[in-house]
Amino acid sequence: MQMNRRSFLQLTALAGGGFALDLYRSPLALAQNEPPPDLKPQAFIHIAPTGVVTIMARASESGQGMRSMLPMLIAEELDVEWKDVRIQQADLNEKIYGRQFSGGSANTPLGWEPMRRVGAAGRLLLVTAAAQTWGVPAEECTTKAGRVLHAASSKSAGYGELADKAAALPAPALSSVKLKDPKDYRIIGHSQTGVDTHSIVTGKPLFGIDVQLPGMLYAAIEKAPVFAGKVKSANTDQIKTLPGVRHVLTIDGGITPAAYTPWEPGMEPGVAIVADTWWQAQQARKQLKVDWDLGPAASQTTDGFAAKAADLLKARPQTTLHKYGDVDAALKSSAKTVEATYQYPFIAHVTMEPQGATAHWKDGKLEMWSTSTLPADGVALVAKTLGIQTSDIATHMVRSGGSFGRRLQNDYLVEAAWIAKQIGVPVKLLWSREDDVAHDPFRPGGTVGLQGGIDAAGKITAWRHHFVTFGDDKHNTSGGGIGQDTYPAGFPPAYALFTSAQPLMLRTGALRAPGDNAYCWVAQSFLDELAHAAGRDPLDFQLDLLSNNKKPWSSGEHDAVGDHEPSGQEVLIPERFKGVLQMVAEKSNWAKRGTQTGRGMGIAAWFCHRGYFAEVAEVSVNAQNKVTVHNVWAVGDVGSQIINPNAAESMAQGGIMEGMGHLAQEITLEEGKVEQSNFHNHPLMRMRQVPKIEVYWRKTDYAPTGLGEPTLPPILPAVTNAIFAATGKRIRTLPLQRSGFSWA
Amino acid sequence: MPIKLTVNNVPASVDVAPDTPLLWVLRDVLDLKGAKYGCGMGLCGACTVLIDGHAVRSCMTQVGSVGSQAITTIEGLSPDGLHPVQVAWEAIDVPQCGYCQAGQIMSAAALLQRTPHPTDAEIDTAMSGNLCRCGTYTRIRQAIHEAAQAAPAAQPR
Repeated sequence: MQMNRRSFLQLTALAGGGFALDLYRSPLALAQNEPPPDLKPQAFIHIAPTGVVTIMARASESGQGMRSMLPMLIAEELDVEWKDVRIQQADLNEKIYGRQFSGGSANTPLGWEPMRRVGAAGRLLLVTAAAQTWGVPAEECTTKAGRVLHAASSKSAGYGELADKAAALPAPALSSVKLKDPKDYRIIGHSQTGVDTHSIVTGKPLFGIDVQLPGMLYAAIEKAPVFAGKVKSANTDQIKTLPGVRHVLTIDGGITPAAYTPWEPGMEPGVAIVADTWWQAQQARKQLKVDWDLGPAASQTTDGFAAKAADLLKARPQTTLHKYGDVDAALKSSAKTVEATYQYPFIAHVTMEPQGATAHWKDGKLEMWSTSTLPADGVALVAKTLGIQTSDIATHMVRSGGSFGRRLQNDYLVEAAWIAKQIGVPVKLLWSREDDVAHDPFRPGGTVGLQGGIDAAGKITAWRHHFVTFGDDKHNTSGGGIGQDTYPAGFPPAYALFTSAQPLMLRTGALRAPGDNAYCWVAQSFLDELAHAAGRDPLDFQLDLLSNNKKPWSSGEHDAVGDHEPSGQEVLIPERFKGVLQMVAEKSNWAKRGTQTGRGMGIAAWFCHRGYFAEVAEVSVNAQNKVTVHNVWAVGDVGSQIINPNAAESMAQGGIMEGMGHLAQEITLEEGKVEQSNFHNHPLMRMRQVPKIEVYWRKTDYAPTGLGEPTLPPILPAVTNAIFAATGKRIRTLPLQRSGFSWA
Repeated sequence: MPIKLTVNNVPASVDVAPDTPLLWVLRDVLDLKGAKYGCGMGLCGACTVLIDGHAVRSCMTQVGSVGSQAITTIEGLSPDGLHPVQVAWEAIDVPQCGYCQAGQIMSAAALLQRTPHPTDAEIDTAMSGNLCRCGTYTRIRQAIHEAAQAAPAAQPR
């Protein structure tokens, strides 16, 4: 995977936001700055004499299907039957496997070429072993379904017979191996059932919460109701006498609340209770009485944030992130102007499996069972916090019940490791759902002031965007930064993107399609407003905008790499954006949509994580402002190849369901305390609210890119634009309930 | 005093407080990890098991209240993972993360036992207590219809 110089420069020009933003918006840039790992086929491929092929899955798995997808790439080029393949989850060892994280929709673009080359190199080793055995030229040998064949001599051998010899040969340089022509793919592009599906449907212990070790104890942690609040005193002696309780440990923590809360700020203070069973630990918690020093974060309230944001919006912006043209003059001379303020709340990840981890400290070594999606960072954090060497830590990567960006942070892992080191026996930490909601690294809320102008012909003249986020004078909070080229930057004739920030003493982070999950809603809603103000069809209006010459950066070319395959792109290519919009319009019969009161369709599109999605939602709204989404049409462009089609469609449907969920969720603070606690007040979509969802792919001549994130953002504005079409009411404040609507 | 249970047709005796939720007895005492903890309040359905064939939330069921009723967990739904619901789930590849799916499958099995050919509306009613954070609902619905086709009289044991 190469990048062109221009796209690299583009990536380095991101505005603040700390590590989370960098990771999520440009995961490829991070990986590309490192020397490519020297991957060897022998590390990934193990062939038994029987011919059974075991392929190591390197990435963490939390539901994105990486445990299937990356091995599929290897198996394809190795030229084996998928049914003969067994998958084994690799332990953490980035020296031999390369990066093992799952985030930023990066596994597809980062794995697409290297994993296929690993498979092809493995095949070459087997061919070489056969050719040497038979005394024939390797070039005359072919492979098919796990066998090497030599037609001229009618010789053939199974991979199992050749495996020992092949494994002892020097590994070829990955760059030298030849890859298949995509038309010959037998695994890639064909739906393969998830490698864990059978175990899941039969209830096998697969997940972090299922880890069971001999002599294991269970831990729960009581933390302050306010971020980073410290323990002054607690009735720990009394708690130690309760049934099953073995240890009560006070965690001093390592966080000093400040205006800017960084990614992985450290351990939160609290009281850990370790017991024979988790239920006993939880029961003991009910008797725990802690005198907290709540600290400065106790002054924070949602209303206070809103008031401060309103002040900042009126004031001169703190930072100019991107500006070209004379926006003020263009607005003044416009035939029509529209002004609006958009607001969206903090929300929590609420993975179905609450956070937790298992750890065992023995003889100066730490063994961890980690569900982290950034496992190497987890090891580094644990080593730093515990004052031990990373070389003294072994990490098993365990399937988790969902991440959505949550498990990129390793707070629960370091807690489990810290407790393990105190007690010296295996311990499983589990957060309750209430812990999980209250101590989530939230998607930060935001407020956006927008002004747009339209000329007499109904075209955009100017776009002024003032984003009020959180942070100090140097950083935006994790997940609260914005890329300077965030759409529609570059398309309106005059454009300005400003930011201002207010302090936030709270852990925030990356939630699926971070930034984009909110910025898409804001931009695509306001575009819809402008289209209606111009009296134009929102689709035509946006296609028109996308036809403007982009400034001040432009791309559209792509580099040929490797076997003459195009690379994916970091920068928005207007033709791809337009392509998904046009195709979703066709699939949804957009041009012939009805104009019935109480029923309407909305359209939106977005580019993020190298992928393009356009979505149309059809909703009805009843007299009580209850919203039903009936149909969703989605079109995605993630390049030339959908690797695992059934899983890809599922991922797209899931992104749409999650985005709908975001519309009704919020986290609010009163006296620094999170007011939500469980699924009754931070809801997910339920079966009866699920629309019919049609997913289509627009295949383009670009290398395949990821699907975890780009499916999600467009559904939010597609639904709220549809609500406008149905009711004439514009939703500028989320969640829906704050604008007078709710789900039916 | 030990509490006697029948789990997946096997008698068991557990020495726990009678107000302990059945979920934690299954998971941490009997080492049946299929039922999952999600909310502890009966809001998400990840902990769903069958008691005398009815889907119940084991996180809200005190172990002392079960008595002689038959408890069926995902591990006991079929001896070989070939209950029609499991077969359909696997054929359609319903799971993403998979954490909620044991609960979904147990709710679906209970539904099909009472209503062998459910309508979409009946599926909505029976399944709306089971949350899926990954959003695999479309496939869950499809799998229930497929299981209904495959086994008109699906009977959880």
